[in-house]
Amino acid sequence: MSNNPSTIQDKRFLKLSGLEPMIVNENMNFINVGERTNVAGSRKFLRLIKEEKFDEALDIARHQVEGGAQVIDINMDDGLLDGKEAMVRYLNLIMAEPDIARVPIMIDSSKWEIIEAGLQVVQGKCVVNSISLKEGKEKFINEAKLIKRYGAAVIVMAFDDVGQADNYERRIEIAERSYRILVDEVNFAPEDIIFDLNIFPVATGMDEHKLNAIDFIEATRWVRQNLPHCSVSGGVSNVSFSFRGNNPVREAMHSVFLFHAIKAGMNMGIVNPAMLEVYDDIPKDLLEHVEDVILNRRDDATERLLDFAETVKGTGKKEAGLDLSWREEALQDRITRALVKGIDQYIVEDVEEARQASDKPIEVIEGHLMTGMNVVGDLFGEGKMFLPQVVKSARVMKKAVAYLLPYIEEEKLKNPKVEGASDNAGKILMATVKGDVHDIGKNIVSVVLACNNYEIVDLGVMVPPEKIIQAAIDENVDAIGLSGLITPSLDEMVYLAKEMQRKDFTMPLLIGGATTSKAHTAVKIDPQYEGSVVHVNDASRAVTVVGDLLKPDTKEGYIKSIKEDYDVFREKFLKRTKKKEYLSIEAARANHYQIDWETSEIVKPNQLGIQVIENQNLNELVDYIDWSPFFRSWDLHGKYPDILEDKVVGEQAKELFTDAKEMLDQLLTEKWLTGKAIFGLFEANTIDTDDIEVSINGEHKATFRTLRQQLKKYKGKPNFALADFVAPKEIGKQDYVGCFCVTTGFGTAEKAKEFEEKLDDYNAIMVKALADRLAEAYAEYLHKEVRMKHWGYAANEGLTNEELIKETYKGIRPAPGYPACPDHLEKLTIWELLKVKETIGVELTESIAMWPAASVSGYYFGNEEARYFGLGKIKEDQVKDFADRKAIDLELAEKWLSPNIADD
Amino acid sequence: MKNIQDILKERILILDGAMGTMIQQYKFTEEDYRGERFKDWKQPLQGNNDLLSLTQPEAIKTIHGKYFEAGADIAETNTFSGTTIAMEDYGMEDLVYELNYESAKIAKEVADEYTAKNPDKPRFVAGSIGPTNRTASMSPDVNDPGFRAVTFDDLRIAYKQQTEALLDGGADILLVETVFDTLNAKAALFAIEEVKDERGIDVPIMVSGTITDASGRTLSGQTAEAFLVSISHIPMLSVGFNCALGANQLTPHLEVLAQKAEFNVSAHPNAGLPNAFGEYDETPEQMADQIKEFLDKSLINIVGGCCGTTPAHIKAIADLAAEYKPRILFDS
Repeated sequence: MSNNPSTIQDKRFLKLSGLEPMIVNENMNFINVGERTNVAGSRKFLRLIKEEKFDEALDIARHQVEGGAQVIDINMDDGLLDGKEAMVRYLNLIMAEPDIARVPIMIDSSKWEIIEAGLQVVQGKCVVNSISLKEGKEKFINEAKLIKRYGAAVIVMAFDDVGQADNYERRIEIAERSYRILVDEVNFAPEDIIFDLNIFPVATGMDEHKLNAIDFIEATRWVRQNLPHCSVSGGVSNVSFSFRGNNPVREAMHSVFLFHAIKAGMNMGIVNPAMLEVYDDIPKDLLEHVEDVILNRRDDATERLLDFAETVKGTGKKEAGLDLSWREEALQDRITRALVKGIDQYIVEDVEEARQASDKPIEVIEGHLMTGMNVVGDLFGEGKMFLPQVVKSARVMKKAVAYLLPYIEEEKLKNPKVEGASDNAGKILMATVKGDVHDIGKNIVSVVLACNNYEIVDLGVMVPPEKIIQAAIDENVDAIGLSGLITPSLDEMVYLAKEMQRKDFTMPLLIGGATTSKAHTAVKIDPQYEGSVVHVNDASRAVTVVGDLLKPDTKEGYIKSIKEDYDVFREKFLKRTKKKEYLSIEAARANHYQIDWETSEIVKPNQLGIQVIENQNLNELVDYIDWSPFFRSWDLHGKYPDILEDKVVGEQAKELFTDAKEMLDQLLTEKWLTGKAIFGLFEANTIDTDDIEVSINGEHKATFRTLRQQLKKYKGKPNFALADFVAPKEIGKQDYVGCFCVTTGFGTAEKAKEFEEKLDDYNAIMVKALADRLAEAYAEYLHKEVRMKHWGYAANEGLTNEELIKETYKGIRPAPGYPACPDHLEKLTIWELLKVKETIGVELTESIAMWPAASVSGYYFGNEEARYFGLGKIKEDQVKDFADRKAIDLELAEKWLSPNIADD
Repeated sequence: MKNIQDILKERILILDGAMGTMIQQYKFTEEDYRGERFKDWKQPLQGNNDLLSLTQPEAIKTIHGKYFEAGADIAETNTFSGTTIAMEDYGMEDLVYELNYESAKIAKEVADEYTAKNPDKPRFVAGSIGPTNRTASMSPDVNDPGFRAVTFDDLRIAYKQQTEALLDGGADILLVETVFDTLNAKAALFAIEEVKDERGIDVPIMVSGTITDASGRTLSGQTAEAFLVSISHIPMLSVGFNCALGANQLTPHLEVLAQKAEFNVSAHPNAGLPNAFGEYDETPEQMADQIKEFLDKSLINIVGGCCGTTPAHIKAIADLAAEYKPRILFDS
């Protein structure tokens, strides 16, 4: 270990830290500061903070970090915000998110008290943005001293009591003076000083702005050469301000400006990566015009760029023109390209050419097509292709194989001794378990595995365990994959693992689906089966996992390591769960959420009773679609519409979105699906704290049994149950609740089947995903109708679609089986009360999943204090009490609530 | 008497071992903890080790003496929990000044005694400033990650009081230790800077963090280097790690400090990892054998022991360290 004194001594680097260090040495030529978490710069962020939607506000920070921001700037300066409180709250929340907190924070405010409050809640070394000599030397020194003591770096604005520096001389004058005060008088570490030398717009048409960019660049050069160890930063987008609306020009201006400023020594800045062209990719003529302006190389530079800008307006970064030059390439290249790009127009033609060139048709599959699919597999593995693309590749592959099959059969007849199809990598059985109808994820995994040369035996949805066991024996499969979305499916999986053990199976069991987790797999499923049990929740991992499990050379080691991993995980998990403290159900009830019923407004619904909508116009629902989960179902992660601009998945998301919109149009015009709904509004009161008694005209019709949080809360926080949102009977006020079921699922299965028969899994999955979105949209739409008309407590509500998705309205519509009320059994009560099955035909499976799958049901609570919450874990005393209240066997209650029962 | 910075250039300094482990051997009862003065105190006091400086001062003195005898250069005061925040559990917030003052005084007396015996080996007292039992950057409530049970200012004020009392009692060094949340440490360092500023003095500061588990991070989630960057604004005598891990597990993290820190590097690990009964069973030889790796790699300038270590451990470490040169610092 040799410390090298000389290098350390003469180079002093700016060092910052979040959970991880960030050292700004010469290898990091530019630090990119994320700016979307700034209320002054992002209207969306401002709104989220104002509405206290902190989860989404955190997503913005996360998105920035994932997008490559190395520091995140946080600013809460807004007249209508308590900036100090918002800063502290937001920073505290960020500290609990390791994927955000790993980067350093830039605390951005013009108010010292906000800066100081921020410095007091961040453990890492921050940057303060900013201080200056604007209000005199004394204030500047005092603030710098405190910043030093809190251990932060600082941005110094080129601003003094005379004003903001707007030319070369003033910039270096203020920078030098600030530097000398900080270094000589405050003893501030020079490497912790970052100058913001003011980036101002060019090409504004005013002569005095012509030098704005070049002055900044030259002042930067001077500062870096004359003020040792310091850094230079700035907000880059200012420079192109006068070309708002013309992104190609703006993008070019940003990269030209940065190209020169970085060369001069600018090493940090606020840049939107989506608004940046690669310097080398800027067309020559545009580059020349932009450089003329930035570097002020001609008197008429601005006019010339303005004229030129007209011609590039709107072209944007990419153009979609149909380029068919690849059709000229060699045969294998064409086939590979068709598979990688998912182009199926020419595949039959190309495969025919390949067949004629081969001795046997099977060679086309083993040779040409597998070569192409290997490229797809590699790209996917490296994260360069995304799920929807792979599914499209599979569609091309299937078409090609379908074309070849008759020839292969013919070959077999001619030459019966030759073995038929190629050896596949293994045979995998896939099934959605009994009682569950959700299969989008399962189908995606199937397709991806099929692409990688596995033979898939897909048993479909609602598959009883005996059938899975029998099929596994009959087909002699190498692995079984189980999927499920609703909580009861977890028990089905446990049961199946037991059955596999009883039958002495040894093949690996793969577990996937939205409610499954590594914890559940390790704790509940793995111990039941001596063979391998692996939780695989995304399609991209499925291929590697299955490969490792089945390949002879990796198999043994992997199986052993998985078992050990799960043993360790289980042990840790079980230890961990013991630490939580719970209240008895009586104590939790005593700590229920208290609405002040004296003052709380109760609105009587305009239309009490049950109503049915037989044939909903689906066009009305389109605006209510929340697209983010749609992308998620395709393994593309990010919030809509930001995801369309995402650096990594944006392009793919756009393409998928175009396909989705296209199908949606067709689906609506050709009326593939039927939408139906039933809902009811009733008189209701809470009895015995946790039950809601429902009546029509005073006649008791049903009782909703709610579950109450039991985890011990921090002082002052209540233990919620949904019953808290309805007035208790003893206070003598009539209150109301509602419940509903909507579906857009009728027609989905048929349409998906049609696609599957055409070997088009991509569209088969697409139609299901769209039906799911429409059902959710219908639930949102109907809720709005209920709030505004049928119940009418929010008659004047005028919310945009975006606000609906973000749930800004009053009242909630929690669904049984989801966090606030995880008990699926309550669906039975709703079905009986509304006569759902008899009226609109939506059925409940034995696991109480809704069929068709694209359906949503739930309750309506109208009180303005009603809110969503997660029940969390509950204790045995509440389970027993719940069983008694519902008059069901304790065992049955335990079965249904098991995912929520705390382990002792 | 030579100043500690100069001595550190010449040799590796030895920090003492565990106070708690030694106190355990006395098997003090509730009554012993109370002594005459606190016999009617409302709360139970057994386990309040800091209080023993008032009720069993002879025992504390003896322990310090044993460690000096074993070869320690620096004794830590018996003040790990000496803040109003940590003393709230015992209702002893008002006694915080006295506890720190007396503890520092006791340690200083013993140190002076040993320095007088052998002026070539001056002994120092490091005022131990523990992490308190609350964290400023984490929420104790899983349902409310934005909540904090203690603020920077609460900590700053409590630490300032502890610092003043330790200095008044005669501490030569301040040791901010067992840092599991860097923000707590930053509050302590802020307070120390305030005291230095107000009194116009300079005091050597040691900071020692804790890597909690195999993740290689502090409890509040920072890597070793991020921890170093976060506290480097303060001129420190040394930075290092202690507690939670045994010497072996600490090595990779000390390597980071040895490469990156412009300060002396310290380590006082536990005597291995606790066994199933929560006891530390690494022998002095076993521990010294692992410390040898620190020395062979030139990772450290100050070394000692944390939980489970005894004078025998410190002696084994001191004998070994005497054969090695300290890690060389690059000038900052």
